[in-house]
This record gives sequence, structure tokens and C-alpha cells, in this order.
Amino acid sequence: MTSARPKIDFDAKIPNNVDLASDRKLQRALERWQPNFLDWWGDMGPAVDTKDVYLRTAVDVGRDGWAHFDHVPMNEYRWGVFLSEHDPDRKIAFGEHKGEPVWQEVPGEYRADLQRLIVIQGDTEPASVEQQRFLGATAPSLYDMRNLFQVNVEEGRHLWAMVYLLHAYFGRAGREEADQLLARNSGSDDSPRILGAFNEETPDWLSFYMFTYFTDRDGKYQLGTLKESGFDPLSRTCEFMLKEEAHHMFVGTTGIDRVVARTAELMNEHDSEEVAGAGGIPLDMIQKYINFHYTVSLDLFGNESSTNAANYFTAGLKGRWQEERRKDDHVLTDDAGAVDAVRDGKITSTEVPALLALNQDLRSEYMGDCSNGLKRWNRILEKHGIDARLYLPHVGFNRQVGAFAGQRISPEGKMIPEAEWTANEGDWLPTDVDKTHVRGLMHPVLEPGKIASWIAPPSNGINDKPVDFEYVHFN
Amino acid sequence: MTVLDDAPAAAQAPEAVPQVDFDTDPAQYRHWRFEIDGETAWVYLDVAEDGGLVPGYELKLNSYDLGVDIELYDLTQRLRFEHPEVRSVVLTSGKDSNFCAGANIRMLAQSSHPWKVNFCKFTNETRNGIEDMTANSGQTWVAALNGTAAGGGYEMALACETILLVNDRSSAVALPEVPLLGVLPGTGGLTRVTDKRHVRKDRADIFATKSEGFQGPKAVEWKLVDETVSRKQWDSTVRARAAEAAEGSSRPTDATGVSLPPLRREITDDAITYPHVRCELDRDARTATITVLGPEPGTVPESLDRICALGADFWPLAMTRELDDLILRLRTNELEIGTWLVRTQGSIEGALAFERVIAEHSGSDWLVNEIRHYFKRTLKRLDVTSRTLIALIEPGSCFAGALLELALACDRQYMLEGIFEDADEEQEPAQIVLTASNFGAFPMGNGLTRLQSRFYGDDDTVTELHGRTDERMTGAQAEEAGLVTDAPDDIDWEDEIRILLEERASLSPDALTGMEANHRFVGPETMETRIFGRLTAWQNWIFIRPNASGSEGALRRYGTGRKADFDKQRV
Ligand SMILES: [Fe+2]
Ligand SMILES: [Fe+2]
Repeated sequence: MTSARPKIDFDAKIPNNVDLASDRKLQRALERWQPNFLDWWGDMGPAVDTKDVYLRTAVDVGRDGWAHFDHVPMNEYRWGVFLSEHDPDRKIAFGEHKGEPVWQEVPGEYRADLQRLIVIQGDTEPASVEQQRFLGATAPSLYDMRNLFQVNVEEGRHLWAMVYLLHAYFGRAGREEADQLLARNSGSDDSPRILGAFNEETPDWLSFYMFTYFTDRDGKYQLGTLKESGFDPLSRTCEFMLKEEAHHMFVGTTGIDRVVARTAELMNEHDSEEVAGAGGIPLDMIQKYINFHYTVSLDLFGNESSTNAANYFTAGLKGRWQEERRKDDHVLTDDAGAVDAVRDGKITSTEVPALLALNQDLRSEYMGDCSNGLKRWNRILEKHGIDARLYLPHVGFNRQVGAFAGQRISPEGKMIPEAEWTANEGDWLPTDVDKTHVRGLMHPVLEPGKIASWIAPPSNGINDKPVDFEYVHFN
Repeated sequence: MTVLDDAPAAAQAPEAVPQVDFDTDPAQYRHWRFEIDGETAWVYLDVAEDGGLVPGYELKLNSYDLGVDIELYDLTQRLRFEHPEVRSVVLTSGKDSNFCAGANIRMLAQSSHPWKVNFCKFTNETRNGIEDMTANSGQTWVAALNGTAAGGGYEMALACETILLVNDRSSAVALPEVPLLGVLPGTGGLTRVTDKRHVRKDRADIFATKSEGFQGPKAVEWKLVDETVSRKQWDSTVRARAAEAAEGSSRPTDATGVSLPPLRREITDDAITYPHVRCELDRDARTATITVLGPEPGTVPESLDRICALGADFWPLAMTRELDDLILRLRTNELEIGTWLVRTQGSIEGALAFERVIAEHSGSDWLVNEIRHYFKRTLKRLDVTSRTLIALIEPGSCFAGALLELALACDRQYMLEGIFEDADEEQEPAQIVLTASNFGAFPMGNGLTRLQSRFYGDDDTVTELHGRTDERMTGAQAEEAGLVTDAPDDIDWEDEIRILLEERASLSPDALTGMEANHRFVGPETMETRIFGRLTAWQNWIFIRPNASGSEGALRRYGTGRKADFDKQRV
């Protein structure tokens, strides 16, 4: 087509390392998709009106390129397309194609499966932007507001990354799926996001930190398995996304650090666990938020025993966490694994072929990782001389997916009758009263260097800037 | 039926499937001979016992295998093209004792499943072709059963217009497959007894379970044959019936035949090349790319005389013979090539010029008529081919009229919208053209045109398309008109096709065969679709069941002196 359409200067507008300037197929697809993305960002992206924000933009994958800081008007953010460095010798590390060179094109046999995996991952990225749309209005500091927007633009870039794959490798069907990623919306009745957790609202900043700690961490593990994929472009895309994801989890980890620290301060100040009246978030409320976000995120790993996961593994589409560091045959056809089960009213486990146990395998890795945060937060409590401790509830607690779905299990891991559940639910999961309290604390603090009452200030600023740096400018 | 002298122990061992060649001519026939006597061709089945196509069996009692049928097919083609003077054909046996015992049992018992299926398909096509000769070529077939016709032997007779059976108190017609072999009379027998000869279903049931069949008088009474004749009257009666059959033939009296010389063909490991048809095999991708080369513009003959003079070099005939041969070869010899990509290359103007000549003369000239029906039958071969068929319509192609039928016969059609931007040569965007040919000249086995089948239940669309004959349609227009599946442009083309083919290659070959056959034959059942659908599907199911081909099954136990040991469950 040689229409007189104004040419987009792709390299300037869209930083990339995929040679966009000479790829007609991508250009045509993006020419159509990019305006729709900007419309979506306008409608569903951050609702706070700002002049510019101190953001990191990836302009290259190298050490200097991927973290380029500047004050940028949000709607001029340059969402780029980046794949990590190409390794020409890379081989498929697992499954029935183990040892074969990785695929640079989508094998037709696996088109449908790969497309599905990419669409599911891609759907979560804009979903979280939608979930966090109104948070900017109640940011506890400019530093936090900036972090929120950083997470948002990067989730937007992750959407771009998935759309790039759909556009570049999946033809017309891929373009249609890319359009659908903008058409579904978090919490929508007509066309909700694909995964349940991404249709829950993120109504307050405690939820935001919990989300970035627990739910983004699920993203980390999903990306980690896709990074192992035999489909090389997917692998390279995910590897680069993981770098950004680390920052999102940093926002969550340190955010909860600071909430816990502030709560501890207030407890000491008032010599009481009851810090709500003093504008803080009581420890047991923090625990309830942990209970909720952790368990909702556990559900994202799917059924303990999964033939889909087995098929993806055997086909070489999706590996295990740290696949190449594992000491087994990477084929798993002769191995067995144990998965959680509930039998005769008891929590137990069942032996299944290892291939079927891959979801549980990934979830276990995730659970181990999550516990690091708890250690951290408990150290903060310890430092403040407080005896109470935060913990992760039992894996069977409050689950909607998998072996424990429909079971009543206490945070300690006891099977309990319905009546006991009902009597204690309010002690274990956030109640309306809790939510109202937390939401009531959410007042914007827009003065540089100032911080809300319920959270401690950060120990460092961003990119060596001071904490009181003007991270956000307003109109 | 040939009696087996010992148990076919090696029957299920994987044998090397021989490469089958369909080339032959009367001088090479081992199993047939024919004599032309005025308007009548006398065709004698005289099978050489030691002339089996593959080792392992003897063709006793005039039983046949694929090799025998390849000669029969060749013979029908020669009668059509080389002998315009022939108006009736008498099919009889060259043996004293019997007419034909049907397909050789030992051969069936030792054959792989694909071999059996291909064998049945090809023999079915030839039987249908014989009926087509009677119906459309002015060459009416008379079966003169001068001895017992059992199983496939009687099925061969059923393909003829008239059946005479000698009344000698021993010769009979029979379909002994069910009682003796535990399989079906699968070469149209079951179907033709009811659908063509209108035998009552309870009688058909008795007939098909009575291994010895019926002799003349009862066979006449039950309409299994038309007439039974004593030995004394035999020759004169057959002669009289042949003369009657010749009456009213559309064949000319003064025409010269067109000889069918051996095909020019070059075969390498990954290509089969003819002057007008090319085929490239990609064994890794398991695809065959078939390219039909259209006629050059300006080469269209200006007169019928010229067409006759060109004979087998006349492009439509030459191309059809090559395509026919290619289909048979790929089908029989390249079982793992699961997808055929159908392309054409040439000038649309040229294709349309030939269309006009064919349209102008096919009603009046025997040869042009013959060529049209030959192309029709070749398209039907495609229709019943158990391969995924995908038409690729690209710049430089000539899918117009009759050649467009090739695309319409495919399971899907992909047409490039616009041109390939980085092509070396200047290109015109691909176009397709509907002509009158697409509206009745080449009916499918279901009696519908490929357009009617495509738009089944939507006659308005077919009518509307009829109004668009001779229009040059681009990819987008053809997609809009529903004539192609998709019209990707240059940017998408390669990926779409590659992914489609790889995806297809990953699906179950069996499920694809079943699915494609179901989609291709929509709507009404005809005797032909019943034979290729119902009868063949049942037969192929029975073939893989232990009750037939298991080591204790009827097919394997036949002739061993031991009874089949059936699994008694009705499924
Ligand atoms: Fe993300
Ligand atoms: Fe994230």
C-alpha cells in the first residue's frame, strides 16, 4: 500500500530494538493500533491531571539504555518495544523438542497455544493500569505518585510487548487479538479481563502495595516460565519485562515496609496495638490484607494438576522456573510429583505424573519467594521492639481455584466447619470496616518531601534524587 | 474368489509399498484384450494368474488386483478417445469357466489398510467412469456374463447398462463378501443392487448373505440381471443386445480417433514434472505444490479440425491427462504428503479463450465433449481425494472458468490481495473469473456444481454470482463474494500460509480425512456419494476391525480351512 498517509517516524516515537523502521508488517499493524492504545490510555489510564512526571523510559536494552530518566508528560511517554539480546546458539531446554534450536517463527502446530499464552499474559498488563486508575488522586507523597505512574507506564509497555508479538508473528488473528486487549476492561460486566484477580479493584494504596508485592510477583513467575519458551521472541520479550517487573515488586516490598514501619512507630508512640485512631493501619489489618492478596494471587497459578501446563511444557512453550538450573532430564515423562489434595476431610497430597504437577511446582516457588517479604517486615517489627509477627496464611486458606476451592480452611491450615469460618472470617480477611478505615486514610499529599500519616517516608529517592525532589509537576 | 492354499502368515507384516505406475497401453495389457467389430468393442477379461502387481498371490479365477484395474481404466480411456466409432461395449470373460471372481482375497488379506482403501477408491472411480461412458460418451456397456460373476466380478457387471447371464444351470451372480469374508461388496455392489437395479431391500439382504448367489432365472426375477440366455442362444443374443445398445448413440460415424501417446513425465525425488503440470514435494512439510500451467494466449485452435489434429496435444486434454496421472500417483505413492497446494500459472485470457472453444463445441463435437467429461471426472477424483486441498491464488495465476473449478474443489482458497511488493517482475494483481463453466459443466458426485455445494442452501448467492460471470475479481472482491476463504495482502501472505500449513500438518490425518469428506459433499445423496461416503466409510471401518483383518478375522481366515472367530458384540 502506498497511500498518502502521513508517515510515522517509528524509531523516534517508538524506541525499539526490533528494527521497526524497516518492518512493513509491524508498521502497518502499529499504525492502526497505536492511536487506539492512546485512546485507551486516555480513557482508562491514570486519572490525575499532571504536567509531567519523573519517569524512566527504556530506550535500549543495554545497561545505559533501559533506565533513562526525565520529566515526561504522561501522554508523551514513549512506549517502546524491546527484546533482550539475541543468542544465536540458544536451544530449547525442555520438553520433546529439547536440544533443538529455538524457534524464530511460530510453529504452526503451536500457534493456538502460543497465542493463548500471550493473550492471557497481555491481558493482565493493561488490566492493572485500569485497576489503579484512580489511585493517583490519593497518593501519600509525590514519590509514591511517581512510582505508581512508573508502574502504570511500564504495564502499558508490557502490553506493547505482547502486542508486538501478536502483530509480528500471528498475522491477522494476532491483530484481532491485539485489538481485543484494548476492548476488554477490568471489572467490566460486558467484557471483563480474562483472569479473576484482574477484575478486582485496587481501591487504596495499601491494596496497591499488596498488589505489586503479591500479584506482580505472580507476573514475575509467569514471565519466568515464558522466558524459558522455545519460541525465542517470546522468551526474549519476557526476559526484558522481568527487569521492569523487579521495580514493580520493589514498590510493593518497600511500600509495605514503610506501612509496617509507620504502624510500629505509632504502636510505640501510643504504646498500643490500636493505632487506627492515630491515623495508622493496625497490624492485624495489614495481616488481613496480606491474607487476601496472597490467596487471590495463589489462585492465579491455576489447578494443582493441569494437562494444559503439561502440554505447554512438553511442546516447549512454557518451562519451569529456572528450568536450566534444574537437575533433571527436563522431559519429565518418567517422573512423578505430589500435588495438594483434600481427601476424606483431610489436607493431604496425591502423587501424579510430574508433567501434570507443573502448576503446583511453580506455585511452590512463588510461595517461597513471598515468604522473604514476611521476614523483612518482621525484622522491622523486631527492630521496633514489637513482638507481634506477620505471616503467610496456609496455602489452602481462602482459595477459589484448585484442590482447596470450596473448602473451609483456617489460616493455620485446619479444616474447619462452615460456622467456625463464618465466625472468624472478619478476623482473617478485610472487613468493610477495615476497608473503610484504610480508604479514610487516603488523602493526597502533594507537597514535595511530605508524607501521609499512615506510612513512613522512603529511605532513598529515585535515581539518586533526594526524597523531596519534585517527582511530579502539576498544571 | 481365489482359494488360498495356505494361511497368509505375513499378512500384517509391514511391507514395502511398491511405487505404482499407471502407464500402460493395449500392447502391454496382461489381463485384458479388446476387439473392435464395427460399432461394438468386445472387451475380454482374461487375467494372467502370475501377473499380480505385487508378489504374494496368484490371480486365480479371473480375480483382479490394482494392476488389472489400471489396465481396465486405460482401456476405457482408449475406447473413448481412440475409438470414436465404438457405440457399444461388451464386457465379457476370456475364460471358459467363469466371468470374474472379484478382487483377489489373498491380495486383500496381505495388503495394508491404505493400499486396500486406495485400491477400492480407484476401482470405484473406474466403475463410475464406465457409467459415465454410457451416460455421456455414447458408448453403452453391456455385461455378458458367460460364467459366474461373484463379488467384484458382479460389481463390474453392475456398472454396465445391461447385464446378461448365461443360463447353464451353474453360472450365477453373487455377492459373497458378507458371508464368506466378513466385509462388504464395497465397489458399489451393495449400493447399485438397490439404487440402480431397484432390487427390494429384503431380497437384497438375502442376496448379499447367500454366498452362492443366484442362477439366471431367479436372478432375472429379482432384477439382479436383465436377461438370462441359454448357451445356444448366447452369441447371437449378446450380439443383438450390443447392436441395440449402439442405437441412438451420439457418436459420429466419420470421425478419426485421437491417439493417447505415453505421457511425458520426469520424476525426481521431490518433483514430478509434466509439460503442463508441475508438482513439487516438500517431504518435511508433507506438502505437494501442484501447479497447472494454463494455455498460452494465441494458441487456441481456430477450428475443430485443428483440435482433432492437435489431439493429445490440445492443451485441455494434455493438461487433464497429466493432472489425472499426477493425482493417481500422489494418492497411491505419497501417503504422507497430507496437503496439496493447488496453483495455476498462465494467462487468464488464454484460459478464457479455451473456455470459449470448449463451450462452443462440447454439445456438438464428440472429442470436445469427451475432454469436458474427462476434466469433470478428474475434478471428481480431487473431490474424493483424502488430502487437504488448498488453493493458492497468486499473481500470474489463471483461475478462470474450468480452471477455477480446481480452486473450488479445494477445502480452502487463499488469494493474494494486490501484488507481491518485492517480486522481480512486474505483476498484475491476482484475479479470478467465473464463466458459464462454473454453473453446470462440471457437476460433483452429489449432482451439484461446486458453487452450489459451496453456497448450499443459498441459491440467491449462486444466482447473483451467475450475473457476475466474466467479471475479473481481485482478492478483496472474491473474498467479499465468498469465492475465497481469505485474501491476505503481501505483508500477511507468507505467515498466514505457513502457519496454516504447519497447523494443518499437526492435526490427525484420519480426522482431517473424515472432516474434509463431510464438508466437500454437502446436500443431496446420489448413488455416487452413497458409494464414496456411506459404503466406503463402512467398508473402511470393517477393514480395520478384528472381525475382518484380525488374525482370527474372516478375511485372514478365508481359505485356511478354519472358521473366523468373531467378536460377537454388535457395535
Ligand atoms: Fe507487567
Ligand atoms: Fe508489573
